[in-house]
Amino acid sequence: MAERRIVLHFPKELLDQPVISTTVSRYDVGFNILRANITQDQEGLMVLGLQGELGEIESAIEFMRDQGVRVQPLDQDVVRDDEVCTDCGACIVVCPTGALSMDLESREVNFDAEKCVACGICVPVCPPRAMSIHF
Amino acid sequence: MMLGKSYDEINAKIRSGEVVVVTAEEMVDVVGELGVAKAAEKVDVVTTGTFGPMCSSGAFLNFGHSTPRMKVTQAWLNEVPAYAGLAAVDLYIGATEVSAGDPLNRSHPGRFNYGGAHVIQDLVAGKDVRLRGIAYGTDCYPRREIDTWINIKDLNEAYMCNPRNAYQNYNVAVNKFADRDIYTYMGVVKKDLGSANYCSAGQLSPLLNDPHYRAIGIGTRIFIGGAQGYVFWQGTQHDPTTPRNERGVPTGGAGTLSTVGDLKQMDPRWVVGVSMLGYGVSLALGIGTAIPILDEEMAWYTSVSDADIVAPIVDYSRNYGLNEGEPLGHVSYAELKSGEIELEGRKVPTTPLSSYVRAREIAETLKSWIEAGEFELSEPVQPLPSAEESPGFKMLNYRPVEEEGGE
Repeated sequence: MAERRIVLHFPKELLDQPVISTTVSRYDVGFNILRANITQDQEGLMVLGLQGELGEIESAIEFMRDQGVRVQPLDQDVVRDDEVCTDCGACIVVCPTGALSMDLESREVNFDAEKCVACGICVPVCPPRAMSIHF
Repeated sequence: MMLGKSYDEINAKIRSGEVVVVTAEEMVDVVGELGVAKAAEKVDVVTTGTFGPMCSSGAFLNFGHSTPRMKVTQAWLNEVPAYAGLAAVDLYIGATEVSAGDPLNRSHPGRFNYGGAHVIQDLVAGKDVRLRGIAYGTDCYPRREIDTWINIKDLNEAYMCNPRNAYQNYNVAVNKFADRDIYTYMGVVKKDLGSANYCSAGQLSPLLNDPHYRAIGIGTRIFIGGAQGYVFWQGTQHDPTTPRNERGVPTGGAGTLSTVGDLKQMDPRWVVGVSMLGYGVSLALGIGTAIPILDEEMAWYTSVSDADIVAPIVDYSRNYGLNEGEPLGHVSYAELKSGEIELEGRKVPTTPLSSYVRAREIAETLKSWIEAGEFELSEPVQPLPSAEESPGFKMLNYRPVEEEGGE
């Protein structure tokens, strides 16, 4: 079993199409919706965790791409600018998944992109604005 | 009992390269291993550091006379209002001033993306800053308006001048009563006692290592924003009368410093504009002091550890704003730094606002300056007010204007 976290961009024309349910009925994959909304540009945005055999996951992603969905891996989406981060720690308590945490020895703030679900809560909370989100 | 060391003796050692310097963090272990007497003999200087939001900060700028001359009466730097009620081309840019036209908290929580602190950081970073000014015009200053780029290298003077920095201890903020997260100068405080937000470098913090202000006073040379500057007065709200524990360490906000330093010598790593969601703009500033180990008492004071320093836990959803209630308890910085504290039978995660990593780096930097003979200690020309001399911290004597004034 593997899990792949991806960001799906649904163009306006696809908003009323049951892309996800069609996909999971065709491929042997489970899914976990981490985030879903419609952006100001009337584009659908969904952050999804896909679980299953790697081959099935890749075929499912390929299928969604064929439907016109733009797919990118999640780990490219929330980025920390290490030059800007001061390791203050103001973000730690608002991060719902523990992706941002403090190393109790070094007192550095760690950012674990694997745990990040791209909720974006840290972005405006970060006092020096080291966090950014790119969808 | 050892004989005391003088400032002159310590400075002579700095010049000869024989000085022994440790950081306040290292001093905990030095005294733990050697005891106070031997530590006082061995160590000459203990360096401290703190890096966190310090709202009461700002900078004086003299941008030079234009042709024709102008006495600027209202001014904006990158659209952030600067105080112009000074001589013709002097300005004061305050750290917390927000951009003209900022939506503030109209859409709550406001983001406060740019303000005075960011202007100061941009100046320090050597970026061009747009100066816009207007004036009513006089016979000697005929010009009425100006719109120009300025750069720190062209300014006559640019110096930071901060009414209050380096608070000696501070509150821990919690949210007990609100049914939502609250947005404060202590960061986002989670509902249902969901977080405990603290803001002190604890054992590395300048005034916590000199609890009775024996070494840090008016005229003390300091690290400020990456430059060498000075303490020029007690800070606003300086309150040495705060209750103290058996080590003399205040158990809440107490002493403060007014500081000054040359902006042209500073480094943007230590002068960082910050935006506190739903609250406003502030300046995260690096301050450090070098404390002379004059005698055993100073060795003892500087050996203070996070376990010895406690801070009051204050509700910021109601009690702080309304001046109600008592602290919900006290907690040590050792507990706060463990990542979780116990409060009212619950485990509450902690989150700092002050960077311990940077505080440590400041103490290390100061140590390297002293070891290299680049930073000498200055004896205060006057001590900060002591508990005996200070009137303490006064709340406003609120006098409604319907009543007769005119005292």
